[in-house]
Amino acid sequence: MSKMTLKTEGDRHVVVTRRFAASPELVYRAHTEPALIQKWLLGPTGWTMPVCINEARPGGKIRYEWTDGKGGGFYVTGEYVELVPFRKIVHVERMHLPAPTPDNQIETTFEKDGTGTLMTMRMTLPDSEARATMLATGMEHGMEASYVRLETLI
Amino acid sequence: MQSLDTAFSALADPTRRAILARLALGETTINELAEPFKLTQPAISRHIKVLESAGLIVRRIEGTRRPCRLAPAGITEIDQWLGVLRDALAANYDRLDKVLATMKPQRRKDKR
Repeated sequence: MSKMTLKTEGDRHVVVTRRFAASPELVYRAHTEPALIQKWLLGPTGWTMPVCINEARPGGKIRYEWTDGKGGGFYVTGEYVELVPFRKIVHVERMHLPAPTPDNQIETTFEKDGTGTLMTMRMTLPDSEARATMLATGMEHGMEASYVRLETLI
Repeated sequence: MQSLDTAFSALADPTRRAILARLALGETTINELAEPFKLTQPAISRHIKVLESAGLIVRRIEGTRRPCRLAPAGITEIDQWLGVLRDALAANYDRLDKVLATMKPQRRKDKR
């Protein structure tokens, strides 16, 4: 998918960009309204998010719980730091596997781009080790996605 | 998984990234590396050891010289892994495209 980029920056950052064919308002809402988040923030095929708490205000709580429907799953907790409606979200999150991973501070911006939106998500980890762990953990789940897709092909 | 952890840790250091960039141009010795980086030979040797144990470079023996070069397998592994992570994230955003297509701009009357 050429629309998305993912790269590391310096020692502690990971930057993801993606363009959407919808206004910044809609993309922002899809990131802050639980009923919408539950439709797309799912990871591997077959996974669902039965619990989605998203209090979109400074200091508000975030809790996402995922399950594969076969007893497997994990959850993320976080807190909002700053919200500029339809333009910017700053929040902190950590994965529980079940031990919590180091805090990941994420600044997400939504910029008007023609008739659509350019989203930029900049993650900041406490140090290079934490980023390495985050990337390696993401891999396990990414790999799982590939395996699940593979199963459907067989 | 362990080797990726080690590889990403090895890449976390700017000097080591610069060494890899230099090695991308071709094989070289520690002496030749030490010069442009204005580092002592032992300092460069330490960085080289980290990169070597992370599987990012390999060294061979040529008489008294021990030239180093990039290890294509290690570099490819990192590339592939970033590709897997990209694919997983891309799947989420492809779903988000579909969600956005069904949404309509919020009207005043929806707000209280």
